[in-house]
Amino acid sequence: MSGGTAGLGHPLAASPAAVAARGAGALAGARRRSQATAVADAAGTAGWAARDMAVLAKRTLCRMITTPEQVLNVTAQPIIIVLLFSYVFGGSITLPGHGSYREYLIGGIFAVTMCGTAQGTGIGLAIDISGGLIDRFRSLPMSRAAVLAGRTLADLALTIVAAAVTAGTGLLLGWRIHTGPADTIAALGLALLFAYAASWGGACVGMLARSAESAQTVGLLVILPLSLTSNAFISTARLTPWLRTVADWNPVSVLATACRQLLGNPDPSAAIRSWPMQHAVLASALWSAVLLAALVPLAVFLYARRVQR
Amino acid sequence: MQAALMIEARGLAKSFGPGLGVSGIDLQVPAGTIVSLLGPNGAGKTTIVRMLATLLRPDAGWARVAGHDVVAQGRAVRRRIGLTGQLASLDDCMTGRANLVMLGQLSRMSRRQARARAADLLTQFGLESAAGRAVRTYSGGMRRRLDLAASLVGGPAVLFLDEPTTGLDPDSRRALWEVVRRLAREGTTVLLTTQYLEEADQLAGHICVITGGRVAAEGTPGQLKAAAGPAKLIISLAPGADLARAAAVLARRAAGPLAAAPRPGYLEVPVVPCAGLVTSVIRDLDEAGVAVNDISLQLPTLEDAFRGLTGSAAAGLPSGDDAVSPEAAEARARAA
Ligand SMILES: Nc1ncnc2c1ncn2[C@@H]1O[C@H](COP(=O)(O)OP(=O)(O)O)[C@@H](O)[C@H]1O
Ligand SMILES: [Mg+2]
Repeated sequence: MSGGTAGLGHPLAASPAAVAARGAGALAGARRRSQATAVADAAGTAGWAARDMAVLAKRTLCRMITTPEQVLNVTAQPIIIVLLFSYVFGGSITLPGHGSYREYLIGGIFAVTMCGTAQGTGIGLAIDISGGLIDRFRSLPMSRAAVLAGRTLADLALTIVAAAVTAGTGLLLGWRIHTGPADTIAALGLALLFAYAASWGGACVGMLARSAESAQTVGLLVILPLSLTSNAFISTARLTPWLRTVADWNPVSVLATACRQLLGNPDPSAAIRSWPMQHAVLASALWSAVLLAALVPLAVFLYARRVQR
Repeated sequence: MQAALMIEARGLAKSFGPGLGVSGIDLQVPAGTIVSLLGPNGAGKTTIVRMLATLLRPDAGWARVAGHDVVAQGRAVRRRIGLTGQLASLDDCMTGRANLVMLGQLSRMSRRQARARAADLLTQFGLESAAGRAVRTYSGGMRRRLDLAASLVGGPAVLFLDEPTTGLDPDSRRALWEVVRRLAREGTTVLLTTQYLEEADQLAGHICVITGGRVAAEGTPGQLKAAAGPAKLIISLAPGADLARAAAVLARRAAGPLAAAPRPGYLEVPVVPCAGLVTSVIRDLDEAGVAVNDISLQLPTLEDAFRGLTGSAAAGLPSGDDAVSPEAAEARARAA
């Protein structure tokens, strides 16, 4: 609709003919729109879906920038955890072997921080649903999948910031990358892939939650045990066997170990004879692929069901 | 030929559990008209609107909006509709302008088109000066206006307004009514839900009264008022006047049985209003020697209709040969 259209909506008479003519594209704006629609049908809806996703991702990012609490939450959390474990708990935690605990810790905090992405996704979607914004989106001729995809994409952008903050804090405390750029990029890629998969898990929680608060609680109830039964903060070498098996297969452990390996940080898990610890990079990629394959369809299903209520 | 139906529903139903939801909803909204769904909280208005706007899949029945089936041709329906939900569905953190541009882009406009359309709407709704401010700083009225503007971004042929003025002050409400009337004049078909009888009366040419998930009654505002019962003559007798004699005199003029006196010294007489009625009643009473303090004619309101209809489920519309013709009731309502 161009600015040339005067009056509210369209200054057409209320005759059926006029209304029918409107549908047939009598107005320049309507014609443009129906042409655009024809193009969309021909070229496949994928292009439009991608554009809708970009528009909504941009919206989510704008929202993050104008509500600094959310950004602060994502960025302050890694700093606090790094400081807490370096200075408060770190003293009483010893690693098997001779590695520096701080060098060990940062890989773990990367993995835990990636999980945090999911919580932002869940809370954000729960807010949008309860506020009625999703209803408006769904009354538009836009791609419905874009609502979830746009949100997870924006959350991924925020996660990059969180990863940078974690790395910066680590560098200040003496953590170093001992490998080349290729390995570093591989580690970042694995971490972001996992964050993206986790974000779809958060989307599922957001769809199931009654409110933003319950999304937050559920998120915490999943992330906290997952982080604490991993090797993010401690070495699993001294755990009881069954718990160690759980910890070794835990995707957080797997990602943390993969990051440590790729960045050349201390990796006591190398001594653990379990498949995911021995092939941490591959295992982490597989974990993320499996999670994405399961969580994306589940989130889309829950979205369709949730909005039907 | 009758105007094309822009909204048509038959037997539409959605259940949220026993006794919850709506059922058997039939609707017909001709192009360019305003139809109102009038009902108390929980009646099922939002559920009906959500089904028509393709947000909720009906359990039974069918509906066509702008000529397309809401289930099978949802996307085609969505290209032609605008929805202003019960909650102001805007992004609080974004500016008014950014909200409209985003919705334009999601309605398949180019960025430039979306910007132009947003500017256009902001001007029309008097929101230019606030366009650059985050929506969370808007007043309730501004928010509602922006919400309405947002539902017009795509130039909809059919507009759904779910309780658009709930929580607004009288001035903002009247301003919004004016906008809705203008849209209808310009050819937009409007389905509006409301809890306010006055609002339905002001805007809609046709009202469906919804209670308990069903259409309890429908008709023009005039017909519904007629269903509320006849007009009443309220007579306050002077102290010491003969009530029995007054009643006997008035019975000749009454359109139905006299109601028991609501207060001592008062008489309530159902009447068919006509020219000179009050004068002749006073003369009759005067000739019979009954002294009168005060006399007033009370016309039925939509409120009465609403109470009557929602109170008793069996209430229906009067047939054409009823004592009070709908036209007369409407004319009186205008004159009043
Ligand atoms: N998602 C839902 N789940 C369960 N019950 C619902 C849901 N939506 C509406 N209802 C019930 O259906 C009835 C009609 O609701 P609604 O359409 O919102 O009424 P109105 O808009 O007229 O206030 C109410 O009894 C309400 O509690
Ligand atoms: Mg409602």
